[in-house]
Formats: sequence, C-alpha cells, structure tokens
Amino acid sequence: METTVARTGTEGRTWGGGNEPLKVSYGKMMMWFFILSDALTFSGFLASYGFARYKFADSWPIADEVFNHFPFLHGVDAPMYYVALMTFILIFSSVTMVLAVDAGHQMKKGKVTFYMLLTIIGGIIFLGSQAWEWKNFITGTYGAIETRGGNVLQVVNSDGERVALDAFVTAAPKERLQHERTNGLWFVDEPTIPRYTIEDVITGFSANPNLHIRTQELTPTGEKVVLTRQASLAKLESDGIGIIEGANLQKNEYGNPLFGDFFFFITGFHGFHVLTGVFINIIIFFNVLIGTYERRGHYEMVEKVGLYWHFVDLVWVFVFTFFYLV
Amino acid sequence: MAHDTTHVHKSNTKRIWTVFIIMSVVTLVEVFLGIIKPEFLTDTYFISLKLLNWIFIILTIVKAYYIAWAFMHLEGETKGLRRAVVWTSTFLIIYLVFILLTEGDYVYEVMHRGNIAWDF
Repeated sequence: METTVARTGTEGRTWGGGNEPLKVSYGKMMMWFFILSDALTFSGFLASYGFARYKFADSWPIADEVFNHFPFLHGVDAPMYYVALMTFILIFSSVTMVLAVDAGHQMKKGKVTFYMLLTIIGGIIFLGSQAWEWKNFITGTYGAIETRGGNVLQVVNSDGERVALDAFVTAAPKERLQHERTNGLWFVDEPTIPRYTIEDVITGFSANPNLHIRTQELTPTGEKVVLTRQASLAKLESDGIGIIEGANLQKNEYGNPLFGDFFFFITGFHGFHVLTGVFINIIIFFNVLIGTYERRGHYEMVEKVGLYWHFVDLVWVFVFTFFYLV
Repeated sequence: MAHDTTHVHKSNTKRIWTVFIIMSVVTLVEVFLGIIKPEFLTDTYFISLKLLNWIFIILTIVKAYYIAWAFMHLEGETKGLRRAVVWTSTFLIIYLVFILLTEGDYVYEVMHRGNIAWDF
C-alpha cells in the first residue's frame, strides 16, 4: 500500500496522513461499525417485542409451554431443552470460529481449514434446528378456539393439562366445499376450511364433563386463568367463532397474534443472518483451502468473518433470553 | 496493511476454552432456573421486574461480555475503537428500551382502566 502513495513530505506529523489511531485495518473497522448498526437494528426489534409484551402484560403466552418439543420425544413435555441445545451448538461454533482465527494468527493453514469446517457444520445444524422449531410452531400441537375479540381460548382437563381439539371434537358432516380454482371462479380460491366448526367444538365440549376453558389472562403468579365448567360453556357459546390450528402471521393458537409475528420476524431475521454467515464462511473456507491467505501473508479475512459470526451468536444469546426465558 | 506477520502471536487456546466453559455453565444455570422457576425469585419484584428475570438479563449480559471481549477480541483493541462500539450501542439501547417499555406500560394501563374495550 505505502509504495503506491505519493509522498507529501509531511509524514510523521499529526495531520500528515497515514495515521491509524485505532490500530486496525480499514476492513476490520468497517466490520465493527456494520456490527454496531446491525446490533441497533436487532435491539429495535427486541425493544418493540418488549413494548408489545408490556402492553399485553397480563395475557402474553408462556414461552415454555409453546416451545416444549424435542426430536424423537413425542408428547413429552420438554420445556426449552431443544432451544438450550441450539444455544450450545451456536456457542460451540463460535468457539471453533475463534480457534480458526487463533490458528490463522500462527499461519497454520490446516488448523484454520479444520476449524472453519466445524464452524460451517455448526451453523448448518443450527439452521436445521431453527427450521424444525418453525415447523412445530406453524403446525401447532393442541389447537385453540378463536374468539370474537381476536383472542384464543385453550382447552384443559380437570388436572389443568392441555387437551388437543382432536381428543374430544368430531366433525359434523360438512355442507360446504373449499373454494378452489378448479370448482369455482377460476381466478380466486380460499384458504383451507378449518377442520371443525365452533358448533362441533361446543358439542364435543358439552359431552366431556371434565373439560375446562383456559383463557389468556394471567394470574398474579403467572399462570393462565382456568374457568369453571359453567363459565367455560357460557364463554364458548358467547365468544367462540371458530378454531385455530398452528400459527401464521394473522393468528396463532398460542395466544396474542403479535407473539407469532415477533417470533417469525425476530428468529427469522436472526436465521437469515446465520444463513448469510454460513455462506460467507463457506467462501472464506474455500479461499483458505486454495491458499489465498497463505499467499497474502495473513489471515485477516478469517478474523473479519469471525467477527460477524460471533455477532450472530451474540444476538442469539439475547433472543434466547427474551423469547424463551424471561 | 499494518499487520506485521513477523510478530509472534502467542496462542490463546486456553483462554478460549475457559470462556467456553464459563458460557456453558451460565447457559445451564439459565435453563435450570427457567425450568424450576424458584418461587422466591418469581414472587419478588425489583423495579417492577421479577427477580428471576433480572437474573436472566444479568447472566445474558455476562455472556455478551465474554463473547465481545474474548471471542470478538475487544479486549485487545484500542480504547478508542472499543468505546466507539460499546458506549454508543449501550447508550442507544438503554435509551430505546427505556422509552419503549415505559410507553408499553402506559398503554397497558390505558387499556386496563376500561376506557377502551379491547376484548369484546
């Protein structure tokens, strides 16, 4: 670099140019400032999640009831185990990343390659896990009843355990077909018709005397309010308008629609960062492999992509706390 | 580039693994507390936030500190760069969180006083 710059005769003086008061290269400094701005974006999302949560402080869904799945353990209540595992995977891939950077400082190409590969694998496992979480969230487990006011009612038995709609509802014969492009107007269609109507639910609910309705409201100790049998039936008949199974951006069976929106948006945005991180890691990995940095004489590129990767981990630590723990 | 390759970098592997163990333990403690939810922590409030949630937030900041200082190597950067990044973000985030949470709590109060029907 220095050899191509014209000399001005003022080198070494404060305003003579060529000073590096922060003692980092241009690329690394810009990576830091990019991370700073990205951190502010994420904190904007998380702070607005906090806003929505404070606004609906007495009716927000309880996270460890929502995220209680674990692969191969069907129907077992495993609150947060899987998310904790995902956190470990990401922290560990951060460790392998920093080991790659460390090996790069010592110009050990083999070690850098190996640790970069581990980091990429960790990132891919994390992405797969997140896809699985999304799948569970979108499919739903129990189903819920939608009310006129846009809330959901959930069904529990007399022990307070959640009961799936399938366990007590049988669908009455349907008179209505789903409007598809093949059987109606060719240019419009409608979403899938819910499997049960509210009448089916009320019939099934009345026939099972041990069922109760659980509202979204939270008691001061942080549990959802369960109505008495009589109040349950009255609530169903006055407020119920249909069923919700799973989650989308308009409604979800877990409670407040904003809960689903924030879940999709924040974990989605984070997942997108992980995805780009994996792509950039792969590019750098191949550059390491073909010896680009060996020829360049330093592995600073590994360090820069490492900064980005650690940042993704840093964000996840906060998402984990505010989505799953608090 | 100011990177001097003849300069000998000593390996930081030991420190990296120490930090990994600390972060793992912190995560385990968080998950453990999140599952058992001790009553004295969920019933005690400090500045209108459960003690348990304060613990979670503080442990998260501890983890964030280790990621930024050890993994992102902020501890080895110059004071100027470190402060440009940390002070700026800390100030803006605290400011934003304070404003949004205060406002959220206010909206909650308004909806709660019954002047607006939101569950009909």
